[in-house]
Amino acid sequence: MDTMFTVRDDCLLVTMPKEMDHYKVDMIRKSIDQYLLSGEAQSVVLDFENTRFMDSSGIGLIVGRHKMVSCFGGRLVAVHANPRIQKILFMSGVKDMIEIV
Amino acid sequence: MVKQKESNFDTVWNERKLAADNYCNLEFEALPENEGFARVVVAAFMTQLDPLLEEMDDVKTAVSEAVTNCIIHGYQGFEKKKPQVHMECFRCANELYVLIEDYGVGIENISQAMEPLFTTKPDMERSGMGFAFMEAFMDELFVESQSGNGTKVYMSKRIGEK
Repeated sequence: MDTMFTVRDDCLLVTMPKEMDHYKVDMIRKSIDQYLLSGEAQSVVLDFENTRFMDSSGIGLIVGRHKMVSCFGGRLVAVHANPRIQKILFMSGVKDMIEIV
Repeated sequence: MVKQKESNFDTVWNERKLAADNYCNLEFEALPENEGFARVVVAAFMTQLDPLLEEMDDVKTAVSEAVTNCIIHGYQGFEKKKPQVHMECFRCANELYVLIEDYGVGIENISQAMEPLFTTKPDMERSGMGFAFMEAFMDELFVESQSGNGTKVYMSKRIGEK
């Protein structure tokens, strides 16, 4: 499943891809940053509904976007993560950094 | 348990490989699009071990980390050789063995590289958690590397044992 970007109010909703690895991360990072830098969005929601795989590349993306979003005074939230993805988020410690719903 | 390679490691690894119940060996180009390919290869190979979904996810993640390291770190500015990843899998009974190797720049300080959160590529937003994930998801992890002489990551995991 491809990554999708939607803006609602000043929040960017990112539908994360089925597999989140280094190959996918570059494109997603650039796209998110474009929305933030242009002022179209201040907060970011990462929707993991379709995501079945994520390695530490995804963690790097999340940590980096959290820093970026914080600069703009926004929030970063992760939603609909299945147990596997939640495990990766918890193991890496990002649960103390971002909101996981 | 994470260790640097011990002196008799090669012998033990090769002995097990010779006695393996099944074996596969492949080389592919060190391209990001092949990270997913490597995951599929190891998942397909380990199907014969009748793994739990979680075990398969664990091994796929560890392999993804090792292969990503080859691609991101192994060949950065290193023109000496064609950027390839060598992957070898074999199984002995219910134990899976995986070697991920590159022929690239090598790691100068292996202990430092394996420290959680350490990365030489903070500008690329690398989390520095690759080795930590490999260690968490596999039973054994050994790294062999020399500056200018590539890197070998050996991993093993017992499948189906609680």
